[in-house]
Order: sequence, then structure tokens, then C-alpha cells
Amino acid sequence: MDEQSAAYWKRNVKLVATLLVIWFVVSYGFGILFVDALNSIEFAGFELGFWFAQQGSIYVFVALIFVYVAKMNKLDREFGVREDDD
Amino acid sequence: MDLTTLTYIAVGLSFALYIGIAIWAKASTTGEFYVAGKGVNPVINGMATAADWMSAASFISMAGLIAFLGYGGSVYLMGWTGGYCLLAMLLAPYLRKYGKFTVPEFIGDRYYSRTARIVAVICLIFISFTYVAGQMRGVGIVFSRFLEVELLTGLAVGMGIVFIYAVLGGMKGVTYTQVAQYCVLIVAYTIPAIFIAFQLTGNPIPQLAFGSTVNGTGEFMLDRLNHIVTELGFLEYTTTNKSTIDIFAITLALMVGTAGLPHVIVRFFTVPKVRDARSSAGWALVFIALLYTTAPAVGAMARLNLTETVQIGAVGDPEGNLKFEDRPDWMERWESTGLLKYEDKNGDGRIQYYNDANADFAAKAAEYGWAGNELSVDRDIMVLANPEIAQLPNWVIALVAAGGIAAALSTAAGLLLVISSSVSHDLLKGTFTPNMTEKQELMAGRIGAAVAILIAGYLGYNPPGFVAQVVAFAFGLAAASLFPVIIMGIFSKKVNREGAVAGMLVGLVFTMGYIMSYKGIFIPVLIENVPENWLFGISPEGIGVVGMMLNFIVAFSVSKVTAEPPEHIQRLVEDIRVPKGAGAAVDH
Repeated sequence: MDEQSAAYWKRNVKLVATLLVIWFVVSYGFGILFVDALNSIEFAGFELGFWFAQQGSIYVFVALIFVYVAKMNKLDREFGVREDDD
Repeated sequence: MDLTTLTYIAVGLSFALYIGIAIWAKASTTGEFYVAGKGVNPVINGMATAADWMSAASFISMAGLIAFLGYGGSVYLMGWTGGYCLLAMLLAPYLRKYGKFTVPEFIGDRYYSRTARIVAVICLIFISFTYVAGQMRGVGIVFSRFLEVELLTGLAVGMGIVFIYAVLGGMKGVTYTQVAQYCVLIVAYTIPAIFIAFQLTGNPIPQLAFGSTVNGTGEFMLDRLNHIVTELGFLEYTTTNKSTIDIFAITLALMVGTAGLPHVIVRFFTVPKVRDARSSAGWALVFIALLYTTAPAVGAMARLNLTETVQIGAVGDPEGNLKFEDRPDWMERWESTGLLKYEDKNGDGRIQYYNDANADFAAKAAEYGWAGNELSVDRDIMVLANPEIAQLPNWVIALVAAGGIAAALSTAAGLLLVISSSVSHDLLKGTFTPNMTEKQELMAGRIGAAVAILIAGYLGYNPPGFVAQVVAFAFGLAAASLFPVIIMGIFSKKVNREGAVAGMLVGLVFTMGYIMSYKGIFIPVLIENVPENWLFGISPEGIGVVGMMLNFIVAFSVSKVTAEPPEHIQRLVEDIRVPKGAGAAVDH
């Protein structure tokens, strides 16, 4: 693997790792592991932990994918590996 | 117009639409048959993926499951959406870059092994058939309740429709029909939810009504639900009695399983570019989230409506329970399907609905003169009965019937297609008869799809005992077999043929063995399915996670002590990691 591709891959893996940490924290963290603690917080008619488990985590998942798409498109351009623009 | 006529019209119109699309989108090459010629717009593909993914279980069963499980139902909500993050970031773009037709093909090429490919085909066929049997059952329920036809007739019609657009149109036909099916199913799902949310709380948006106060009470919906159900001896709605580790494992198994399901992965082969595969996963999740954030509101509202319909006054007051003869029409209608049952155990002519498995409360109930719970409601009817419970007009009920069928057919078609392509492309063209022409391969694909439809129909009519367990099975196997080998194939250059085959087999055998011995599938129950007997406290539904870890461990260990993958394979891995570059020429 040439240096360029190796650097691109490293940035890609780092981005994915960061996003998946957030993915883990909102669903497994807020929605499961710390659900009882968060449930003591009232949030717009919900217990907060319950809200994360049944609503909030899904909204965050959607946002994470679009952040990933935007950042990867930027990365593709930066490294000149975007398809169809030569 | 009466309900049956309206339902015939709604279902008939939707079928005409699907057939029209099938004729318009006929596939003429294997590329179109397998991957819709790789020309699908990412937003359109997102919509098709949403319909492909959301099955009869999502549409018909999930809100009902949540209604009765409360917080425990969160495993399905998070588990069946979170997998899209994994798909978008860990699988879809790289597999699209590779640019072939099937999942086993990638596995076979990456691990330079015909054995790996065949093992992958076996996993795929097993996963897809168990899953498709559940869809056919969904079609059967909708037909027998709303169209009042025999199950067999209903199945035959459903199979006929799928036959037309999957066999003729292949992936191209399936894609555009799925788009239509998504529109039908999402409208059918949200309209009753909006009506009910408005009736109950004055807020028409279900996601917000879920956290609003119930009309005439000043009490938040979930607080009210918590106190009503606990008064009847049920578990508080916002809690669960499952252990944290089990909730964790089930959620993870469903997420990883989602990302490993071949009929979902293959949808990302149909978009033109790598970046489209990424955004398409995002769009898919947007369309899925519309239903998945509505479902928990529907579940909570249905539970509240059901409980308050039966418990009309104070708990314990002899006048507090609904008289059987005063029961609403919808209960009467569902009794005829056998999915709702009433038995007047204490002979007072009223309906007592409470948790008689709760010993403390059962003692109290006995003092009221109650002799046990008298109402049993199959959770599968909650969504279908919802519009009737909320007394919505008949056309809404007809629409829900069409939506349920759309959800089942769209998933069935996607599954049948991956089965037929793995037979014609992986087994015949790729392994046993490599000399066949494209025309012969296309014909084999069509015949494969036709045979798969017949088998699916048979499974729907004679459901094997394990249909109810397909969730555990299909997801557990996908999580333990396909997902890890694909991930390792992309993220590691060192995992080799020996490692991948050993990993898949260990993951598969362990997970199947565990589920079979607790659930008694194919074999008698070997170990009683109770939490005390579970490995690490993980139920068969969540055990795919352990299978997945075993797969990773075995694959890495075996790869360490055997020869490295050859040079050209390592280069292949480098190529699929970059959207453009040396390996860009992989478009058929």
C-alpha cells in the first residue's frame, strides 16, 4: 500500500472508530447500561433512559451516518480518491 | 361501502401497481437481474432497502411486542436500527467497491476458497429461508382476517404476485416494487398512529404524543401507563425483568445480525458509486426510523387503549370491568380468528384482564372474586386491530391490510432473490457449471426464484415449529457466520482461507447448537430454556454475539499459525479500501 492510501485508510478508520464510540454510548450506554440512573431524569414527559432506548438512540444513529457521509466525502476529495472526478 | 369490499379495493390496487412496475422494469441481463444494473439512485435505494428490511415482523408484530414488553421491547428498536451504522461504516462502501453480485462471491474471492464460498451459501440459504417463512405467515394472517379467504388462497395470491415481479424483473423489478411498497406501508402505518395520537393526547405527532399528557387526565402517557398496568399486577411499563447482560447481548446480536443479512447487504450493490453506498445506508435508516420511532408510541397507546377498554372503573370494584356483552365490535371480529380469546372464569359476565402469574397480585385478585386472567390477546393483532380500537373509518383499516401485505411481500421478494442468485451465480456459475452462458445463467436465476417461491409458500402453509423463533435463528446465524468474515475480509489483510472457514464453521455450529438445544428446533429440548441455565446469562436470542466472538477468535488464531494470504489477495484488500484507484475497474 502506498503512503497516500495508508494515510487515507488510517483517517477513515479513526473517523469510524470515533463515530462508533458515540454509537455505543447512546445505545448501549444511555439506553441499557445506565438506563436506571438516567431514568431519574424527567425529559419532556419521558424518563430519559427510556427515551434514549426507544427514541433518542435512533435519531442519533441517523445523524451519525450522515456525519460519516459528509466527512468521508471530504476525505475522498482531500486524497483525490473521489470517483469520477479526475 | 363495507370493510371487506374496501379491503379488496385497497389490496387489489396495490397489487395492480406492483405488477405494472414489474412489467415496466423487466430484467434482461444478469447484471440487471442480480443488482439492477448498478444504476439505482441512492435515495431510491434507501427507500427500497427500508421496505426490503421492514418485514411482516416490523409492521405487524413489533409494536404489539413492545406494547406487552414495555422497555424490554427496546432491544428490537435499537437492535433493528443500529445495524445500519455498522452497514454504512464497516461494510457497504467496501463491498460496493468490490463490485460483484453476491455476498458469498465476495467471501469466496477474498478468501480464495471455493469452500468458503459454499459455506457462505449454506449460511445464506438457511438464514433466508427461515426468514421468508415468517413473511408468508404474515401474508396468511392478513388475508384470512381482512379478506376472509382461506389461508391457502391467500398464500397462493401472495406467491403469484411475488412470482411475477421477482422472476420477471429480478433485482430491478424488486427494487422499484419495493419503493412502491415502502410508500404503501409507511402511509398505512402512520395514518392510524396519527389519528390515535391525536385522540389520546391532542398532539397528532406520535413521537411527541408519546411524551404528552393524556386528554382529560393531566397525566403523562407513560406515567399513566405505568400506574394502570402495575395496578393490574403487570410489570411497570418503563422497566423490564430481563437482565442487563441479556438486553445488551440481544441488542448487539440484532444489530450485528442486521449488518450480516445478505438480502440487506446486496441492496448496496445496486447503487452506482461507493459514496452512494454510504449515503444510501443513511437514507435507508431515515425511512426505517419513520416507522421505528412511531412503533413505540403505537405500542404504548395500544396498551393504554386495550387496558382502559377492559378496565373501565376502579380495580377491584365489581362494576370496574367491562361486561362481555358490551364489548366493542373489534373484539368480536378478532375472536373469530382465534387470536383474541375470552373465557369467563369467575362467571360474572365481565372481562378481567390482569397478570395472574404475579403471585402477590393473584392473591389480591382472588379477594375481588377474580378467578384468573380471562382475556388473551395475541400480540400480532395489536397493529392490525389498532384502527378498529380507535374507531377509525373503514378505509384506514383497508389501508393497514394493504400495508401489512406490502411489508411481507417486499421482504419476501428480497429474500427470494438472494436465494436464487446464490444458487444460479455462486453454486452453478461459480462452482459446478462455470461454462454456462449469461442467458443460461439468467434462466437458472429465474427458475431458482420460482422454486424458492414454491418452497416459501409451502413453509408458510405448513410452518415448521420454529417459525416463531426465526428472529433468534436468522439473526444469530448472520451475526455469528457472515458478519465477522466480511469485516475481517475488509479490515484485516492477514486473515486467510483457513481462518475464515474455521471461524465461520465454529460460529455457525456453536450458535445453531445453542439455539437448537434450548429451543428444541429439529431436536428435542436438551436444556430447559430458563435464565439459570444460560451461558453467561445470555438467552438464545442473544447468543449470536458469543458465536461472533468465537468466530473472530478462531479466525485470527488459525490465521496466525497458517500461511499468509497470497500477495494478490492482500492487494485486493488494499483496493477495496479506497473508492477510486488501481482496482476501480470492477464494473461488469
